Amino acid sequence: MITKEDVEHIGWLARIEINEQETVEYMEKLNSVLEYFGQLDELQTEDVAPTYHVAEIYNVFREDVVEECLPQETVLANTENKQDGAFRVPKIG
Amino acid sequence: MAKWMSVAQVKEKIEESSAEEVTARYLEVIGKSKINGYLTVSDKALEQAKKIDKEGHSGPLAGVPIAIKDNISVVGLPNSCGSKILEGYVPPFNAHVIEKLLAAGAVVLGKTNMDEFAMGSSTETSHFGPTSNPWDLERVPGGSSGGSAAVVAAGEAPFALGSDTGGSVRCPAAFCGVVGLKPTYGAVSRYGVVAYANSLEQVGPLANNVEDIAVLMDVIAGYDRRDSTSINNKTECQKSLVDDVKGLKIGVPKEFFGEGIHPDVEKAVWDAIHKYESLGATWKEVSMPNIKYSLASYYIIAMCEASSNLARFDGTRYGFRENAENWHAMVSKTRADGFGTEVKRRILLGTYALSAGYHDKYYLKALKVRTLVKQDFDKALSAVDLLMAPTMPNPAFKIGEKIEDPLTLYLSDVNTCPINLAGVPSISVPCGFTDGLPIGLQIMGKPFDEPTVLRAAYTFEQNTDHHTKRPPEVA
Repeated sequence: MITKEDVEHIGWLARIEINEQETVEYMEKLNSVLEYFGQLDELQTEDVAPTYHVAEIYNVFREDVVEECLPQETVLANTENKQDGAFRVPKIG
Repeated sequence: MAKWMSVAQVKEKIEESSAEEVTARYLEVIGKSKINGYLTVSDKALEQAKKIDKEGHSGPLAGVPIAIKDNISVVGLPNSCGSKILEGYVPPFNAHVIEKLLAAGAVVLGKTNMDEFAMGSSTETSHFGPTSNPWDLERVPGGSSGGSAAVVAAGEAPFALGSDTGGSVRCPAAFCGVVGLKPTYGAVSRYGVVAYANSLEQVGPLANNVEDIAVLMDVIAGYDRRDSTSINNKTECQKSLVDDVKGLKIGVPKEFFGEGIHPDVEKAVWDAIHKYESLGATWKEVSMPNIKYSLASYYIIAMCEASSNLARFDGTRYGFRENAENWHAMVSKTRADGFGTEVKRRILLGTYALSAGYHDKYYLKALKVRTLVKQDFDKALSAVDLLMAPTMPNPAFKIGEKIEDPLTLYLSDVNTCPINLAGVPSISVPCGFTDGLPIGLQIMGKPFDEPTVLRAAYTFEQNTDHHTKRPPEVA
């Protein structure tokens, strides 16, 4: 069971601001989904290996060479928050 | 010009008149649309078509218009993913599939509506309002590629691209009475497609007939080194279009005919299976005991991957930004206002399921169950060539009917999401109607055996007329 405090904590971890009323709504909806997920406990899986993806490929590497990339002004074109060729953000703390 | 045309008919029309005229005709139809299928209509489409008329083009899709789901990057067109958080964002690069389409001469008509970040089965979670089902404007088109399926069904594009993470191509194909294919995992590059759950999703074609699906697959499939899960195993789809299923072995997994299935859906699917029998195929029931755990496994994995993938939307480099006194507050407020409720729910659940103390209980458990589901598919498909079942247990529901309770909506993916866990190819083809609403038959095959899946779908189409029916409300 997720508590109100859990919702606040995961809201912080996920960087999503949640107000008091939303906390209660999320708690109820998330708990009903988690209860459904609980059915997986019926299965014995101690000896089963996890499948992260089904493509039978591992360690896909490329040569470590510099290739053409997007020009700086193109990359910055999607924001107004820029300065001296960089993205501008508020101070961290 | 006919409203609904196959790609071959579009090409004939271009020969007779011009690419410009054909594109102009589609833009005219889109202009009168009643379904809210497009989020952006390209202002460059006519120009693109004119250029093809003037300069000529030898590609297989020279001048043929196409609609693109709004999570597939096209240079110069907004890419909203149905979300407020990507407000104003215009991709500076093309997705691999778009590069392939443009090289083949296709003309991009516009970008289609979708559930926000492909999270939904009804296109109702879009920030830009729902798309209507062309068969009944009060009903959902399915989702998340609802816009792509609806515009194809409504004659607003000859074919379209969608993406399928847990059924997002096949569900709307079934609800809108069109054909939709989820290719084998790794068959089509995901480069330039906004990620929701990487280990599950594939780009897939939607069209009014199986042949057009094969035409599109032959253009978009193939190896791309920019997608590290791309697999170099290209099959030729058009060559597989033969009207012959003699000797084909079909498995019917009883777990896909579970509680709550609409009786008309069950009957239409069995009628289809008996049709195959009359055409020389054989069928037998097979059992896939872990299918019932697919939905929980699928949603845990998808939400966990989403919580990580969607971390990039922080208001820094593109899209919507809320102002705040410091970095953390800016990001938290941007994400609170920029994401819709369902997206936030999935990010929060994914974050929870990956957090200290819960990782093994949810995420690791779901990955182990995924192994069991994959084993069910491997076993079933070792004894038969194909599996057949309903795509959706029920026809399209009313707009607003299921949106309040997330779990109710999740349950509608029960027959589509197991396929993404296993990574196998699966197509939905029209196989009947109930009260004027289309029903989809789902045909699943072995990994990279799109040719057999398409051959079966093509043969069914050649021997039935369900795919020729058109929605009267938009005719």
